[in-house]
Amino acid sequence: MLPASLLLQADVRSIGAGVPLWLLLLLPLAGFLVNAAIAFVRPSSKTLVSVVGPGVVLSSFAVAVACFRQLQAAGAPEALTLNLWRWIEAGDLKIDIAFRLDHLSALMVLVITGVGGLIHVFSVGYMKADAGYARYFAYLNLFIVFMLVLVLGSSMPVLFIGWEGVGLCSYLLIGFWYGVQANADAGKKAFIMNRIGDFGFLIAMFLTWHALGTLDFAEIAARASQLPANGTLVTAIALFIALGCVGKSAQIPLYTWLPDAMAGPTPVSALIHAATMVTAGVYLVVRSNALFALSPTASLVVAVVGAATALFAGTIGLRQNDIKKVLAFSTVSQLGLMFLAVGSGAYVAGIFHLVTHAFFKAVLFLGAGSVIHAMHHAYHSTHSHGDPQDMRNMGGLKQWMPWTSALMWIATLAIAGIPVFSGFFSKDEILVAVFGRGAGQGVFYVLWLVASIASLLTAVYMGRLMMMTFHGANRTGAAEQAQLHEAPWVMTLPLAVLGLLSLAGGLINLPHFAGGHEWLEHWLEPVLAPSHDLVPLVMPEGTTEYGLVGLAALLGVIGLVVGAKAVLRRPTLTATEAVPETGFARVLSGQYFVDAFYDRVIVRPVQWFARTVLWKTIDQWLVDSVAVMGSARLLQGFGWLGSRFETGQLGLYLLVFVAGAVWVLGVVLQ
Amino acid sequence: MAPDLLGPTLALSGILFSIGVLGALLRRNAIILFMCVELMLNAVNLTFVAFARYYGFGGHVLVFFVMTVAAAEAAVGLAIMLALFRHNQTLDLQDINLLHG
Repeated sequence: MLPASLLLQADVRSIGAGVPLWLLLLLPLAGFLVNAAIAFVRPSSKTLVSVVGPGVVLSSFAVAVACFRQLQAAGAPEALTLNLWRWIEAGDLKIDIAFRLDHLSALMVLVITGVGGLIHVFSVGYMKADAGYARYFAYLNLFIVFMLVLVLGSSMPVLFIGWEGVGLCSYLLIGFWYGVQANADAGKKAFIMNRIGDFGFLIAMFLTWHALGTLDFAEIAARASQLPANGTLVTAIALFIALGCVGKSAQIPLYTWLPDAMAGPTPVSALIHAATMVTAGVYLVVRSNALFALSPTASLVVAVVGAATALFAGTIGLRQNDIKKVLAFSTVSQLGLMFLAVGSGAYVAGIFHLVTHAFFKAVLFLGAGSVIHAMHHAYHSTHSHGDPQDMRNMGGLKQWMPWTSALMWIATLAIAGIPVFSGFFSKDEILVAVFGRGAGQGVFYVLWLVASIASLLTAVYMGRLMMMTFHGANRTGAAEQAQLHEAPWVMTLPLAVLGLLSLAGGLINLPHFAGGHEWLEHWLEPVLAPSHDLVPLVMPEGTTEYGLVGLAALLGVIGLVVGAKAVLRRPTLTATEAVPETGFARVLSGQYFVDAFYDRVIVRPVQWFARTVLWKTIDQWLVDSVAVMGSARLLQGFGWLGSRFETGQLGLYLLVFVAGAVWVLGVVLQ
Repeated sequence: MAPDLLGPTLALSGILFSIGVLGALLRRNAIILFMCVELMLNAVNLTFVAFARYYGFGGHVLVFFVMTVAAAEAAVGLAIMLALFRHNQTLDLQDINLLHG
């Protein structure tokens, strides 16, 4: 085994110049260009789009697998690099458009192209009847390009291109049906909330350059140890990075954009707002683990924010009736758990949960998409105005959609943390790691408790969701029932593949107690070496570990039972019959009124300031009236005074002329 | 040698010029005004000629220039008058005030 310092040499040796790393990026880019061209030229054409859209992403997945195999064959310190051109050169600052496929990126690329490809296939069925079919796939392909740039970027600025690019695609896809004002507003909200985080990330970049003189991730990792541990500078850098991640990964206090982002098509919610883009924050923290390891303060902040978000969003999820809103808050909550993991230094657990979450949350969203698809068609055919996303209008759908129901149950068991399913292993690893951290810092015991409650809540609201959607009596309406049907195979097939992954995804990091070898742990070792050297993670073993694992599994079972019982206890009223909620339930279904609070405290004051001060006072009054019109009036006044002499009487002109001439003569002759 | 008449000549020139100026200032008919301008020009010519006797031929030459310009001016000026009259049916300068501010 090579010493760790050698592994971190900045000039990671490039292997296999013939490796088609560029192909990985080029394929979806070509797909974007083709689909965009079709969207402009022949928007009604669908056959070519259906082939190109998912085709390029699946081909990209094949390339990713090839790259992954090569990386595997090459051994630990290697990385595939691709240096395209010098982008910025100013003094010592030299930034290349360069990509590096290391062990962490390889995993992310597999998830992005794999899950992304399946969601593309699903979209073929889901968006079949949409007028913006080609435009949709153009955006989706572009998203894949930027997401790959994000995870492959070898330096902060290149990552930032991808970071902003996925934000753009997210905006475009949230507001995909821009004819409705609410959708366009949701897109803007997502974009603006993310700007706050981006500001943090930019500051972090400036500080990193100031402190380390480099923006390349490998060099940052190699040089980070020059900085004093827990110093102000490194803490500031880590906190500003964390601010960027809080925006992107929808954590408190910037999470409110994610539930609104559900305005986009459901596959978009699955791909961008559950499986990939929102996990970019977690990825960035792991990517910067060398900095976070040096700053226990910043790490603790990340952990606390994550735990708080997990609990907060989990409670809101309990009282939502829109199926996508439940899943959105579930995503926020799960991202909180990932944040807690990476904040606790359990980077592998964070990435592990990121991957399994991508699987089971994609199933849940796509399954919800199938349900909404069926509900929409049922309501559409009877010209009813029922809300196809409201779970109060569903119930008993298992009867018509057995596949969707079964696959969503697998994902539900996975997210609830029931043993053998993927989520059990990843969530469990987080909880165990946080508990283990408690031995050093007592506060982590509190965070462990919070996270355990959050995972209990996860099981509760998922049990409620499944019961309200698939079981009990149907509430859709008699006429509509005849129209309910299972989704076409093009939608159920990707769902089945993802369901299988949700079931078996735990295998990638099967812990020792389950007879595994913690493959992911070893795979990510080269990336995480700097932080693991600094802050070794001590995992509880023996009885403590078994106790924690048992407790986590028990919480999952209890949660599901409680959630299911709560629904079955009394018949659910449909959306039109429902009575307004009271008490704390009203607070939860109103999402703690955080949006209203932000509206009062930030949005309206800003709007007032913009309207009253900037617009009416500064622009309209000071600039327009005083400065522009004022100077014009002043000159007009002078002009008027001058024009009084222009009487048109020649005699007067002559008199003035003569008087002037006499005066000049007088002066000259003096 | 003829008697020195410079003083009386300049005095006459001054009187003629003053009459021209006063006429131009006080009269309102454009043709009278025009004639007054001619009177002023000729008063100046008289001065040139008077001085030319003492200072050489420069004065004479200048007088020819002035007369040429005056002739041209008369041609253009009278044409303008004609046009003005056709347009306004009057040559009263108080009624011709298009440039009134």
